[in-house]
Amino acid sequence: MDQVIFKERKDQIFEKGGDKPFRISCDKQSLAGAVSQRACLFCGSRVVLYPIADALHLIHGPIGCASYTWDIRGALSSGPELHRYSFCTDLGETDVIFGGETKLTRALDELIPRHQPKAAFVYSTCMVGLIGDDLQAVCRKAGEKHGIPVIPVMSEGFKGNKRAGYYAACNAMFQLVGTGETEGIPPMSVNLLGDFNLAGEIWIIREYLERMGISVVANITGDGRVDDLRRAHGAALNLVQCSGSTMELAKMMQEGYGTPFMRVSYLGADDMAQALYDVADFFKSDDAMERAKELVREELARIYPRLKELRKDLEGKRAALYVGGAFKAFSLIKAFRLLGMKVVLAGSQTGTVEDYEELASISEPGTVIVDDANPLELMTYLIEKEVDVFVGGVKERPIAFKLGIGFCDHNHERKLALEGFVGMLNFAEEIHATAMSPVWRFTPRKARPFLEEVAA
Amino acid sequence: MKSNLAEKRDYVSSTNACKACMPLGACLAFKGVEGCVPFLHGSQGCATYMRRYAISHFREPVDIASSSLGEGEAVFGGGPNLKQGLVNVINKYQAKAVGIATTCLTETIGDNVPAIVKEFVAEAVLDGSGEMPSLIHVSTPSYAATHMEGFHAAVQATVAQLAEPCTRHNGINILSGLISPADIRYLYEVAGDFGIKATLLPDYSRPLDAPASAQYEILPEGGTALADIKIMGGAKASLAFGWTPDSQAAGRDLQERCGVSLHGLGLPIGLRNSDAFFSAMEELGHQETPERHALERGRYLDAMVDGHKYLSGKRAVVYGEQDLVIGLASFLAEIGVQPVLCASGGRTAGFREKILEVTSGLVREEVQVEAGADFYRIAELSRELAPDLLVGNSKGYSISRELEAPLVRVGFPIHDRFGGQRLLHLGYRGAQELFDRLVNALIAKKQNDSSVGYGYI
Repeated sequence: MDQVIFKERKDQIFEKGGDKPFRISCDKQSLAGAVSQRACLFCGSRVVLYPIADALHLIHGPIGCASYTWDIRGALSSGPELHRYSFCTDLGETDVIFGGETKLTRALDELIPRHQPKAAFVYSTCMVGLIGDDLQAVCRKAGEKHGIPVIPVMSEGFKGNKRAGYYAACNAMFQLVGTGETEGIPPMSVNLLGDFNLAGEIWIIREYLERMGISVVANITGDGRVDDLRRAHGAALNLVQCSGSTMELAKMMQEGYGTPFMRVSYLGADDMAQALYDVADFFKSDDAMERAKELVREELARIYPRLKELRKDLEGKRAALYVGGAFKAFSLIKAFRLLGMKVVLAGSQTGTVEDYEELASISEPGTVIVDDANPLELMTYLIEKEVDVFVGGVKERPIAFKLGIGFCDHNHERKLALEGFVGMLNFAEEIHATAMSPVWRFTPRKARPFLEEVAA
Repeated sequence: MKSNLAEKRDYVSSTNACKACMPLGACLAFKGVEGCVPFLHGSQGCATYMRRYAISHFREPVDIASSSLGEGEAVFGGGPNLKQGLVNVINKYQAKAVGIATTCLTETIGDNVPAIVKEFVAEAVLDGSGEMPSLIHVSTPSYAATHMEGFHAAVQATVAQLAEPCTRHNGINILSGLISPADIRYLYEVAGDFGIKATLLPDYSRPLDAPASAQYEILPEGGTALADIKIMGGAKASLAFGWTPDSQAAGRDLQERCGVSLHGLGLPIGLRNSDAFFSAMEELGHQETPERHALERGRYLDAMVDGHKYLSGKRAVVYGEQDLVIGLASFLAEIGVQPVLCASGGRTAGFREKILEVTSGLVREEVQVEAGADFYRIAELSRELAPDLLVGNSKGYSISRELEAPLVRVGFPIHDRFGGQRLLHLGYRGAQELFDRLVNALIAKKQNDSSVGYGYI
């Protein structure tokens, strides 16, 4: 193991066991040469704002930043789909020398009339941070000229890690909050923060809330709309999922508008039910609580028989998680427990000390907790911990597959809804489909014992 | 019919780019060098984004290291991070080579990478054997050109920094440009059948399309052997595929420094380009085309006849890297498909002339050629040109869907289908595969659109 782990990263890995006190270091710049699974500050901003479907998302920089983020998320919209375009100023060599302000102005003059967005987000990139374009001034002028908010997102890639990008995105959104009318918003109302409507997930959650008599003012940001963000301060409560990405906005809204917030998760049956009960509790509504209980009963009854069947096969198998935000990992550990499975490795790109501490407290002894991992570490622990299924994103997939281990995509590219009760069932089916596939019996690492068994 | 949109000026902004950035191309090329870890000198995001982009196509691990620069380094220079990153990569990966490509960040702050690398070699203390791997560096500012130029620049840098003038040997060099792992394997097979020892640079046929293994290979096997690269200067000839000047850069370097004669050929796509390739092989191998390849040619010609009525007069929109589009346009024109639009995100001069040359005498309409195009522009023109099909990477899918015209996927990237790394494009066999896929795409369309549901078409 020692030859795999960089000495600089030793304190970013914690293996739970005995009376060992919890300690982890995190939220650091990635180690040079370590092949981190993380992206950059720009990525953090881009993922959070991406699903706002009626805004123009213009990347001010070289083409790569735009090419690699074109239509990459499974974030669905019920209406406009401007978010699926990849707009870029495509800066060239002369712009490095003479600056990109003129090109940015001309790009906005071209794109805003062409696409009629409700607002424009202009993302700064590494290059722009260096050549010194005055993004604020260009955006202000363009906003005045075109009569829509044109908001700079200070997302220069090198100015911090992905987490810092979340903050830049929240700052940008906060400029919209409070600029719309709040008339007609009912008292039992919420904003949904940190849900990106992957495979239509936010629609599942909205439907649950509606069944409880609770209205949703703004989706932030899945199936998001600029006008909803403008009036988001009129909601009675912010429900914050994926705490890393939008927690800052919740804090800004609490400070600026007194909107309280609550952390929730819609992943897994336990946390989904808890989220609904917590909301009913918050509004101190017996009616909402009754309806929530009824809803949970109904939904569980619908999925339980099939879950039981799947669990029979999965019982005792071992899972590993490597996800963007640590908060998701809590729910997944519980979801795996419901399937009779044990999580033996849990890591994230952007967790905080508090996140990891909580993660450690709900984990079983022997579980490895890792911050900002890389392929070498993941590979080593997947083998050492004899993992059957690995949960991660596209970059983690080939690591699992090369080792002959099942895989479940739980990242922003997924096309399968994993939230809510229906999502719990989808998740179980997905885990079952990969864990129970016969292909693993033939892959080199496991083939020999299987083939020997057949011969005997 | 020439579109009147053709006269419109270029857009200032890019919408849905038909290109990626230079460092991506460099990373792909470095993946094809034995024991080489691609290393981006820049912020962490570049490496991660490119890994994701490449993994989605190849479905293989694509480890790309980064110097992970932060704000401090952007002000004071990225040298220390680059050196620390190199130590880490060399020690943990036991790399035999590191391919260092710059990014827009480090080019803009003006890091002198060759000087930093030189210092590193002089100072570094390494674990294990302590042996210094080959350190290849290339300048690839993202803002300067596309992934294709980045690819060629990395190949050229590899040759310029590792190949040395040496004793003449009987082998040849093939500088293929960006082709699929299946294409690379095919070229080796052809060379072998001619009894020619060929060094293909790069050769990511195994690293980016590896067999299942018992262990995760930290450094996948394969890649052009460093020992072979070293003696590329002794080869009797280099074949370099592509018409753009960048595609010839590595070959030119070998010619100028080591006196290796350079044969520039188009990508061997379609009949005439494949004929040119095979005749070059005949000349270099001093023998006629072996029977199995002659038979493949014969069968392909037979298929061209059998299938011509499905294709004759059909109109295609073609897009991608410039050299790929030139090859495809030539192939399509031969089989009676009219390329109505040939578009590329690249801007290398001479594109239009070359397209007109390779289609001349075979097409009935004037081909519209667009350099520096994005998919917004390609969509706009396609709506007007109403093609029967599209030929290109997966990024044109939305146009195909909108126009209900089939998309025949070729090249890189293919993010919405399985097996992109195993698509064969080159030679008679590749032409046959492309031809079959093209015909079947049109048959499937006809069958699906028909109310009858024909069982014979």
